[in-house]
Amino acid sequence: MANSVEIKDLDLNFGSVKVLKQLNLEVAEGEFLVLLGSSGCGKSTLLNCIAGLLDVSDGQIFIKGENVTWAEPSDRGIGMVFQSYALYPQMTVRGNLSFGLKNAKVPKAEIAKRVERVADVLQIEALLDRKPGALSGGQRQRVAIGRALVRDVDVFLFDEPLSNLDAKLRTDLRVELKRLHQKLKNTMIYVTHDQVEAMTLADRISIMKNGLIEQLDTPEMIYAKPCNKYVADFIGSPAMNLFEGQLEGTTFTCSGFNVDVTGYEFATQTRSEAAAWLGIRPEHILTGEAAEGATYTGTAEIDIVEPMGSDTLVWVNFAGQSVRVRTEGQSPLKSGETLTLGFDAARLHLFDHKTEIRL
Amino acid sequence: MADISTNSAAGPRGPKPKKTFSRGNIFLYGTLIVVSMYYLLPLYVMIVTSLKGMPEIRMGNVFGPPMEITFEPWVKAWSEACTGINCDGLSRGFGNSVRILIPSILLSIAIASINGYALSNWKFKGSETFFTILIIGAFIPYQTMLYPIVIMLREIGLMGSIWGLVLVHTVFGMPILTLLFRNYFTSIPEELFKAARVDGAGFWQIYFQIMLPMALPIFVVAIILQVTGIWNDFLFGVIYTKPATYPMTVQLNNIVNSVQGVKEYNVNMAATLLTGLVPLIIYFASGKLFVRGIAAGAVKG
Repeated sequence: MANSVEIKDLDLNFGSVKVLKQLNLEVAEGEFLVLLGSSGCGKSTLLNCIAGLLDVSDGQIFIKGENVTWAEPSDRGIGMVFQSYALYPQMTVRGNLSFGLKNAKVPKAEIAKRVERVADVLQIEALLDRKPGALSGGQRQRVAIGRALVRDVDVFLFDEPLSNLDAKLRTDLRVELKRLHQKLKNTMIYVTHDQVEAMTLADRISIMKNGLIEQLDTPEMIYAKPCNKYVADFIGSPAMNLFEGQLEGTTFTCSGFNVDVTGYEFATQTRSEAAAWLGIRPEHILTGEAAEGATYTGTAEIDIVEPMGSDTLVWVNFAGQSVRVRTEGQSPLKSGETLTLGFDAARLHLFDHKTEIRL
Repeated sequence: MADISTNSAAGPRGPKPKKTFSRGNIFLYGTLIVVSMYYLLPLYVMIVTSLKGMPEIRMGNVFGPPMEITFEPWVKAWSEACTGINCDGLSRGFGNSVRILIPSILLSIAIASINGYALSNWKFKGSETFFTILIIGAFIPYQTMLYPIVIMLREIGLMGSIWGLVLVHTVFGMPILTLLFRNYFTSIPEELFKAARVDGAGFWQIYFQIMLPMALPIFVVAIILQVTGIWNDFLFGVIYTKPATYPMTVQLNNIVNSVQGVKEYNVNMAATLLTGLVPLIIYFASGKLFVRGIAAGAVKG
């Protein structure tokens, strides 16, 4: 498949601060790519570089095979949606939608046609003659998405578009965005710090840290096989439990327990004796009867029980640290009780202690 | 009894009652009344004096209202009072001031708003330095520049003309106005500017179609600052113009301070009130807008 957006050796410096370092990225035609990372990782900066709103320090950007490194934002064939909506307050919704087209000297009849079409897709026909001030947050974001759609471009850029909305609306619009992508099949690059948005929307997720891409893979792979400790810790809610210890042969030993990791699928061949991290997701810790017969079975004292409705998060004291365990449904467990827990070697994650890379 | 039993939660309920004549209120309003007296009394004296005839003024009852109201002094101040050889009153100065004021305001605000817009949205290499230099200009005492400007105006042939003074006012208004506009435009979300760029708008399009319609309050502030500043200016007016082009303030001074003949207090008061009328009207007409604009423009550095 042809690459829609291609970034080659991109550098971006703000003065002496290097925000992006030798970054390479390829986005396929029609792909939904999510740039995910905590604040300050350079994800929004990267998006601004693709949009042409920031001048790059080095490297090249290609959109649809064309080198657009020096091109104006409007000439790049992109549409962008911002976190704060960024609607022009003095124009009506119609004015907002048609502003870009007027600038591009599109004939009036064509503008009207495109605005109608987009309004129909996003169901904002009734709002066309209102000003942004008279719209709710969700409606504003719809209009902002419409402003990108109306440009009829190949690539859509989203800069945390749902972060300003309340939780319920965010979920609704998230589904709508996914539906929109399935319908339009355009390339979309989406910046967020919300891993749920990333997991649900993305074809591929690019996890960024300090201006570098840590892992670029499908949501399933990122969840199942995080390539290093940072990604493992970052993805998953509640976060993965990590234990520090020694890997000797096929046995992982730490201060509270040791476990045979024969069933673990090693990413690398080297199985030397080394210090390592062992990770296990809260939802992969088995409890009660299910724990019997697992690779490892042990007991722990329950510290705190947090009922979430659909599941229950239990904090237990295990191996000298506080460990998160997720159990299905509403649990009868009480603080102070003893819990039998266990886990399978196949569900574990092992990382080198020094390099933090997956073993 | 029944009433009390149903009202189980007796005690304070609802808004706390406030006393009208609390100590705080008396102190607050007392201070306000005293301070406004302090400012309003001279104005009152001026108004009543300007409405009296000279015989009545000579009786010495400064605070008394006029026994016989006459508008003679106002007419005289406007169209007959003499300064030097001209005896056409303040009307000439008023005309000059208007002809100085309007181009000065248009020029300085147009340039400063574009400056502020460029400095906040189109940052270029050295734009911060440029801005700093411009702001330093606001701290240089005018007096040090007086003579160099005389020479410059003479060299470009504008010395003594209205356009020379317009130029001076435009230049001297630049630092503070640019600061005002820059701060205001900085407070407009950057994403709006980015969105406009993605929409293909250029420098002027963004300025006229996006920024300008959003900047109305700060334009009002700038206009008020410039109208009052330029209208009340005396120093530049007296130095860079000649008698035929004197602004109103300079002419007022010449009328009031003329040493020939009898001191006509009523005419002087009327002339002063006439001169102060323009800023006064501006303040009254725009009070709320002015405060809002100042608050909007001054917060962010």
